[in-house]
Amino acid sequence: MINQVYQLVAPRQIEVTYDERSLNSGRVVVRPTYLSICHADQRYFTGSRSAEVLAKKLPMAMIHEGIGKVVHDPSGTFKIGTLVAMVPNTPSETDDIIGENYLRTSRFRSSGYDGYMQDYVFIQSDRLVEVPADLDPEVAAFTELVSVSVHAMTRFDQIAHSRRETFGVWGDGNLGFITALMLRKLYPEAKLLVFGKTQSKLDYFSFADETYHIDQIPDGVSFNHGFECVGGIGSQYAINQMIDYIIPEGTMALLGVSEEPVAVNTRMILEKGLRVYGSSRSTPADFARTMELYQMYPDIPAYLSNLVSGVFQIRQIEDIHQAFESDLTNRFGKTVMEWCM
Amino acid sequence: MGNVDRPKQFLSIGERPIIVHTVEKFLLHEDFDQIIIVTPTAWINYTRDILEKYIGTDERIVITAGGSDRNESIMAAINWIENKNGLTDEDVIVTHDAVRPFLTHRIIKENISTALEYGACDTVISAIDTIVASTDGKTISDIPVRDQMYQGQTPQSFQITKLKNHYEALSSDERAILTDACKILLLKGEAVALVTGELFNIKVTTPYDLRIANAILKERIHQ
Repeated sequence: MINQVYQLVAPRQIEVTYDERSLNSGRVVVRPTYLSICHADQRYFTGSRSAEVLAKKLPMAMIHEGIGKVVHDPSGTFKIGTLVAMVPNTPSETDDIIGENYLRTSRFRSSGYDGYMQDYVFIQSDRLVEVPADLDPEVAAFTELVSVSVHAMTRFDQIAHSRRETFGVWGDGNLGFITALMLRKLYPEAKLLVFGKTQSKLDYFSFADETYHIDQIPDGVSFNHGFECVGGIGSQYAINQMIDYIIPEGTMALLGVSEEPVAVNTRMILEKGLRVYGSSRSTPADFARTMELYQMYPDIPAYLSNLVSGVFQIRQIEDIHQAFESDLTNRFGKTVMEWCM
Repeated sequence: MGNVDRPKQFLSIGERPIIVHTVEKFLLHEDFDQIIIVTPTAWINYTRDILEKYIGTDERIVITAGGSDRNESIMAAINWIENKNGLTDEDVIVTHDAVRPFLTHRIIKENISTALEYGACDTVISAIDTIVASTDGKTISDIPVRDQMYQGQTPQSFQITKLKNHYEALSSDERAILTDACKILLLKGEAVALVTGELFNIKVTTPYDLRIANAILKERIHQ
């Protein structure tokens, strides 16, 4: 068949291209239903990546957060009509030690490899995780982002010491909200502190024990372990502030993406004996764990539905532009696209 | 097309025959109970062979002999359905040119939902060029307002019993001048709704079209 692929060919310029595919390729065919825009997509859309990166990665179909319906499965794993979340990380080798999302040979959808803005997505069956039928599809659309947070928690559990009485989360955006929410559920007895710089965004964190403006942190605030969910140049201030307030031998997870190198107070990392780990992307196991958590704690998807700031029905390329432009004006929340192309 | 003996749906775009590309788009829609390919009698075996070769067997695919013209071929498909399953007023048929392989999921989906809602629909795009009418082929008889002009594509979709009943009520003279299935309903005063097509939903009928179709696929492959 001739598959339509909606590619970003230059900043703010999306065009349809055509890809010849066969139903006999061995891949599962998924019809995308709900997609969600990520900051990484916006960096391509607006052209804020470097010229070298844009030249290397474009043209490319954006979007790596999304769900869809199985419409063809030669592997027989999924019944036709099954709702699935698509895992964007695509490994080409296995390693007993290194996770598939950290292997340098792995490919990632909408990062030099076509994302989900296509008529149909051809994908390996092990990259699909079933979505519970009763889950709000607008929330399910950004399962990938939640799974990134869940992945960081799983790694945290393996790395951090066992005293987990207080957590600090830096970042009042989407990832900060999701990470704080997951900590609340996975460590219900622990005290949860959230640090941000916009009061109106911090107000969404109703489940946190305390929220602090980063310029007005009271004396005496401390925590055992911290999660940085800021990204960009702001992550430099966040990481250094975390180093200042964290209790010695604590663990710090870095989740925010920065285009530029950041300067970190390594002296104090040494003096406090901190463990700092990076966490990025996720695996099918993280997606499955996320779905388990949604079912175990139905209030997680209910809280996450507050993040949905706009839903756009996409029937033509112009609708994609509108969704992306609207998303740029949102300071908080996720823009979801109902994929009707 | 340089090969007068072989119908154009059997020519290749990319690596495979046009009809294979088209049929695969329909196979991915779970709403279809049956995908009926009406083809000249002499080409039934060939059609079956290439579909088996490139797609494999699928119980939804049926190959049957077409009629003397487009509408008779649609009626042949409807007769097949009636003989196999009978007809109810809920049954809808989506008719499509095998030589339009660039259609999308949305076009098919909106055809189904619109046919269910209105009883009939036609896939169209807004006219790009000014349409000029001439009754004698020598001078202009009319220049219709372009904003009201559309170019018809396919699919065209219908509530089956409605299409069948209206077609059977036409005289043989009326049938002879009909080149478009939607006109059967228009002649009987029925509303036919519009579904937005795509500029790229082209009909591959000339060597030029075939070159265009192959060129836009190659553009992608060579990236």
